[in-house]
Amino acid sequence: MLQITNLHAEVEGKPILNGLSLTVNAGEVHAIMGPNGAGKSTLAYVLGGRPGYEVTEGSVTFDGQDLLALEPHERAAAGLFLGFQYPVEIPGVSNVQFLREALNAQRKARGEEPLSGGEFLKLAREKAGLLRLDMDMLKRSVNVGFSGGEKKRAEMVQMGILDPVFAVLDETDSGLDIDALRVVGEGINAIMRSPRKAVLLITHYQRLLDYVKPDFVHVLAKGRIVKSGGPDLALELEREGYEAVA
Amino acid sequence: MNASLASVVPTTRDEDWRYADPDWLAAADPAALNRWRELAVPAGETLCETGIVEAGVDRLRVHVGRDARFALFLVNPAGPYARAEVEVTLEEGAHFEFGGVTLGGGRKRQEFVTRVFHAHPHASSNQVVRAVQWGQATGNFLGRIEVARDAQKTDAAQNFRAILLEKGAAANAKPELEIFADDVKCAHGAAIGALDRAAAFYMAARGLPPEIARKLLIRAFVADAFAAIEDAGLRERMLEQALAGLEGDVV
Repeated sequence: MLQITNLHAEVEGKPILNGLSLTVNAGEVHAIMGPNGAGKSTLAYVLGGRPGYEVTEGSVTFDGQDLLALEPHERAAAGLFLGFQYPVEIPGVSNVQFLREALNAQRKARGEEPLSGGEFLKLAREKAGLLRLDMDMLKRSVNVGFSGGEKKRAEMVQMGILDPVFAVLDETDSGLDIDALRVVGEGINAIMRSPRKAVLLITHYQRLLDYVKPDFVHVLAKGRIVKSGGPDLALELEREGYEAVA
Repeated sequence: MNASLASVVPTTRDEDWRYADPDWLAAADPAALNRWRELAVPAGETLCETGIVEAGVDRLRVHVGRDARFALFLVNPAGPYARAEVEVTLEEGAHFEFGGVTLGGGRKRQEFVTRVFHAHPHASSNQVVRAVQWGQATGNFLGRIEVARDAQKTDAAQNFRAILLEKGAAANAKPELEIFADDVKCAHGAAIGALDRAAAFYMAARGLPPEIARKLLIRAFVADAFAAIEDAGLRERMLEQALAGLEGDVV
């Protein structure tokens, strides 16, 4: 589904990714772990197409197409979802309005009919329920006045509504207490665990992986993957630290 | 305006006209320039006016009676030079609410000029102006608040924010507070910036094409100016009218 080959990228002229290669197949959950500054968030932003994150070498193929040639909104319509480490506040734009516009823009790009207001609200209510987020929160401005945990749950509600085939989740576990972590973990499983979907979980810690069991774990250091393994690798990292393992 | 000045055309050396279009002023007809529309809101009554500003200079002088309320909401999409000027005198307990949006590109020069006289105690005023400019256009807000010596418990606020969509666009804020009473609240704020890039990328990452994302962000931005319109239908129409200026005009 996703094939990253020898990816080099820089931010403001500074090289961050240095030859990263990774293949993710449908039905798989991959975890990327690594110390601060390893390039984890840069990888997420490069995949999402954030301006200022410049690819200098390598390629990314997503479902057979050149992902890097697509604009950010086209990547979303192609089925890519980027869960933000720091979800952005948008005063004056309600979640409902934002997500309905976003979903219908994606549907339009795929040649599908738009959802009516009623159909959309039904879908939003269902996904909010899944993440135990009060529906009233979705009537408020996007992320404005949300706590850290609410922002992360709202991200997952967005993911549920947009129904991507591939999700890159950048430290979705940060800022969550233990109960919220379980709710979010179960939400990710419910939305993304499917033979036709895949997930790239970017995280510092093992704890989210207790709920979302990865098929593969990779250690990212200095902009490339230095070690890959099964779920046990995450436990090993947790026990012994990045320096000892990688 | 002093009667002896009625035949004189101002220049950009005049403080009140410092951001005006000098070419337009040089060619202006003094009689048309100095035509004021007069309005009085009787004591205890409420008047709400909405409108679209047209090219040229539009001047309105309003007397708001005791405990009366005057609300004015304007969209200014016009050019090459479009100035809406409002002078309001408030009696005791009166309120003036103003919401204005300038929105334009090209070389348009659009401005709101307000003068609010808090002549008596317990009056309040609230002014919210939003500017969205691109190309080489300019959006201005010159807001003067005068509080007379015995106008205690005056509560006056004005807020101006501008978004410049392109390099070359400009905005000017000129708040002036002249306060002779000691027990008053007067607040003003001004900020000029670009469209929030982080929000734009976040919206793109959810599948919104740039033009829709920008429209949503601008809509949210200008909505502040019309937030005080109680009638939801009217509020929506004003927003639509403001945003209509964006269609096909922004690069």
